[in-house]
Amino acid sequence: MIDAAALRGRRDRADRSFRGLAIGAAATVLLVLGLIAVTMTARARTVIGELGVSFFTSSRWSPADGLYGALPFVWGTLYTAVIALVIAVPVSLGVALFITEVAPRALKRWLIYAIDLLAVVPSVVFGLWGVLVLSTVLPRSFLAAGVVLAIMIIPIITSLAREVLETTPVADKEAALALGATRWEMIGASVIPHSKGGIVGAVMLGLGRAMGETIAAALVIGSATGQITLDALAPGNSMPAVIANSWGEADTLQRSALIALAVLLFAMTIVVNLIATTIVQRSMRRARGTV
Amino acid sequence: MNVAELRAKPSWRSVKSHLMTGLMGLALLVVLAPLVSVLWSISSRGLGIVTSAFPAFFTAEIPQISRAAGPGMGPAIVGTLMVTLGATLVAVPLGVLGAIYLHEYGRAGKFARLVRFMATVMTGVPSIVMGLFVYVMWTLRFGYSAFGGSLALACLMLPIVIASTEQMLRLVPDHLREAAYALGTTKSRTILTVVLPAALPGIVSGSLLAVARAAGETAPLLFALGLGATAYNAHFFDGINTALSQQIFVNATSSFAGAQERAWGAALTLVVLAFSFSVVARVFVHARRR
Repeated sequence: MIDAAALRGRRDRADRSFRGLAIGAAATVLLVLGLIAVTMTARARTVIGELGVSFFTSSRWSPADGLYGALPFVWGTLYTAVIALVIAVPVSLGVALFITEVAPRALKRWLIYAIDLLAVVPSVVFGLWGVLVLSTVLPRSFLAAGVVLAIMIIPIITSLAREVLETTPVADKEAALALGATRWEMIGASVIPHSKGGIVGAVMLGLGRAMGETIAAALVIGSATGQITLDALAPGNSMPAVIANSWGEADTLQRSALIALAVLLFAMTIVVNLIATTIVQRSMRRARGTV
Repeated sequence: MNVAELRAKPSWRSVKSHLMTGLMGLALLVVLAPLVSVLWSISSRGLGIVTSAFPAFFTAEIPQISRAAGPGMGPAIVGTLMVTLGATLVAVPLGVLGAIYLHEYGRAGKFARLVRFMATVMTGVPSIVMGLFVYVMWTLRFGYSAFGGSLALACLMLPIVIASTEQMLRLVPDHLREAAYALGTTKSRTILTVVLPAALPGIVSGSLLAVARAAGETAPLLFALGLGATAYNAHFFDGINTALSQQIFVNATSSFAGAQERAWGAALTLVVLAFSFSVVARVFVHARRR
């Protein structure tokens, strides 16, 4: 015999356990991020214990001598990411403006498809293209890696920038046009001031992606050890690239050094992404007018 | 005086505006050129080996000596499907449940806001870091397996699934929930029988887009699958395995024409696979709109 109270008790229990399940699932995000930080730092301690701070300050990476200095790879990561941004930012903004302000409605849909298509192409395929097609005109180097990275972050920056640009109130644009502004002046007076924050955030997200992108960079950067040079045409190396390329034949100490590189890369991208996410969320809220 | 003279001379301002519009169009060409070049090289160089050795390319085992010319990619195709399916089975239920917490329970609470923010940050964690993480947590203890690859991909998919699902839950109108509550339905039942079905097409399409991205990932698999697998391995939890993306990576730097040709064939297969996931996702979106 089940009375109403018992029935309600069972229902409440089912309800509570479902809620617990959902909380648990949401907490996995924090769990994974926390575990990444803890377990990988633990593994990286081998090399830090062996070499101390010279791991961060030395520019010599020579596994044969047991020397591991991260600087050349930090340099390669930042340098290729900056090259990628220099190429990708103007192009992405141009395309985003073209899609929102110039393209007729029918064309607009197809252009958005094309940009999405670019985002779906796996990075290893860009790498293959970079090695076997692009390398016939541009040898493997910092610049080649920057170009391939640029192609890969353009869809991200473009689609985020487009979303932000589209939130510009029509009244703002019409006001500029009614005062006799040309299209370009209208963009400068209405669209850009409105979307500045969101665009900066989109660019930061692109930067984070370019720093962490592994496989395409590993294939086209040239894998030269330890070059800190401004010469964009010199073969170089970056943090994710050296991890991917030398993991296979690494001994215990070198693997620890590579994991330490990954921890450093994780920290760098987390900082960039924290800033980017904060900027994007704030500007999206402002664009929606709730702040 | 004729009409042409009467018409106002174009001012610098309007010339500049046209110039800038032209530059925007140019930017578009700059983006489309590599897209066309990539698609052209995969299809022109990949179709050769795929059609000349049809269907062997999709079924034969990978030559043990990479110098050898000819097919196939069978084990890599099966590996990609296994690893991706495994990742989907882990990430989609977790992600959907997490999104349910965020939108149906947590809302604007402190914990929910923290999780939402961290999920966005997690989207930006480099895939190679996820790969090494799974290597440290799983592979070091339990050895190489397809499941390790699934775990790494699942870590990448989780924040994407959470974000897209929450967006879809937001679109379910509140009066549906209120109607269910008014009938005396508990909150969990309301979510499972009213809210989720209403949001389902969107959730499926968001998850498929995450799957399409995961299927092409290489870096997380480098450490989990092991190197050098050339034969079929149907054991999900045991033994070295391989995947299309890994084969492309390994063969891309080979100087042998046979290996390069296999890389192009594998690239064609992988791109078609990833595209079809995203096309199916789009079909679901349109089904919902209609």
